[in-house]
Amino acid sequence: MSAAKNNDTIDITVDFSGGLEMLFDNKRRYSVSLPAVDGSGKPVTMAFLIDHLCTHLMKDPRVDLFVLDKHIRPGILVLINDADWELEGEEAYELQPRDNILFVSTLHGG
Amino acid sequence: MARALCANCKTERAVIKRPKNHAKLCKGCFIQVFEDEVHHTITSSQLFHPGEKIAIGASGGKDSTVLASVLKTLNERHGYGLELVLLSIDEGIKGYRDDSLETVRRNAVQYDMPLKIVGYDELYGWTMDQVVETIGKKGNCTYCGVFRRQALDRGAKMLGIKHVVTGHNADDVAETVLMNLLRGDLARLSRSTSIVTGDSRSEVKRSKPLKYSYEKEIVLYAHHKKLDYFSTECIYSPEAFRGSARALVKQLERVRPTAILDIVRSGEDAARLVPGEEPSSCACLGQKAAAGVVVDDDVGGCGSQSGRTPGGEMAAMDKQLRDNEAHEGLEIDVTKTMAKGAVARGEKRDVPIRTGNASKGAPRQVLGNCKRCGYMSSQEICQACMLLEGLNKNRAKIQI
Ligand SMILES: [Zn+2]
Ligand SMILES: [Zn+2]
Repeated sequence: MSAAKNNDTIDITVDFSGGLEMLFDNKRRYSVSLPAVDGSGKPVTMAFLIDHLCTHLMKDPRVDLFVLDKHIRPGILVLINDADWELEGEEAYELQPRDNILFVSTLHGG
Repeated sequence: MARALCANCKTERAVIKRPKNHAKLCKGCFIQVFEDEVHHTITSSQLFHPGEKIAIGASGGKDSTVLASVLKTLNERHGYGLELVLLSIDEGIKGYRDDSLETVRRNAVQYDMPLKIVGYDELYGWTMDQVVETIGKKGNCTYCGVFRRQALDRGAKMLGIKHVVTGHNADDVAETVLMNLLRGDLARLSRSTSIVTGDSRSEVKRSKPLKYSYEKEIVLYAHHKKLDYFSTECIYSPEAFRGSARALVKQLERVRPTAILDIVRSGEDAARLVPGEEPSSCACLGQKAAAGVVVDDDVGGCGSQSGRTPGGEMAAMDKQLRDNEAHEGLEIDVTKTMAKGAVARGEKRDVPIRTGNASKGAPRQVLGNCKRCGYMSSQEICQACMLLEGLNKNRAKIQI
């Protein structure tokens, strides 16, 4: 992959399930376009994505059901291309084009 | 980033990091080990016998869907000889169960299992919507939970089934252990850890085959097996106390993932100190399932068939119900169940064991049957009948 320029973007898909979709307009899948680098010129990470989702995608005011104390709420699982993000560096993971990110709640009843 | 390989097969890419031991596994190995562990729980606790008819309390949610899928798989793989049936409850909340019952109907087809749906109206003469109309939203979760507990038993009885399994997982058990610890209710703490509840006097036995399964792994199992499940929130307000206990469990898990099973084990160990309360556990510990047969009053609240007990409002109801019980003395001599060693050393231990929210005495709940409906109850009149009496009085008033 060539070095990212300031106006490059990365296209990924973001899925919500296990009840989290209720916080995101009851839509389970979003195509998300992110700048390839953040404000300080570093490649965008999961932390950037989570912030982006909170500010741009979430309409529901109950942000704390998704992010608590600036981190993903305990009980929400994050999969990066189907692998537990704990195996991928969690918030520090650098997003790649066509990544699939799944947020799935374990907190909801059924 | 270098991709870790599965610790088991060492060929596939690891996609799971197990909370209980940090093992990194691939999808296939994870599914296998998850099923093997449930099989171990089932066989070591001698949960089933060949030819037994089992009703799976099914809500369409993740826990009961995974339970149905795993039981079907294990029944076929290991020749349990079980007859599996899905049993669902319709509380009669307009719109609330539509999607989940649709999911259960699909599950019945997917797993090729018969499905029985029973409504609160046919069981109690009241739908939850009618309850809410009568008493308002406050406290209705209590009614919902108390009714649901018996609903599964009654539904099972209708089907001629004597054993109901529910999707309670390790997180649920840990959460209940913490709640009872925080309430100072050691007797109930012991019951909450038991894998089997109900006894020969109760017509229906209950068990939780997923008692040692992490909620995280249940959700991952459902995801990787692409199971069809439904998630919802209770449409009425969630209760603060259980919610706090749940948040605490999840926060502890983040810092130290083994904490969940450690809490479950602490609950089991503490249970051994309560007179007359022996929890069943893995037979690796040398106990038969029958030893752990106790009254299960861990009723579920709204939002999950597998039981999210409403906490705060339940407390008030508890108190009200307890006032109808005969109280025994506060002090219970624990020496009879203490380890022999301690007794041999001549140490007399009088540890007062309290139950309930307050210092209000310690009713050792004894197995019996409700004088009205005949269901297993630790009180003369069961909770459901108590609540129904109040409701029916209200209905009479309204009609006048
Ligand atoms: Zn493997
Ligand atoms: Zn009764």
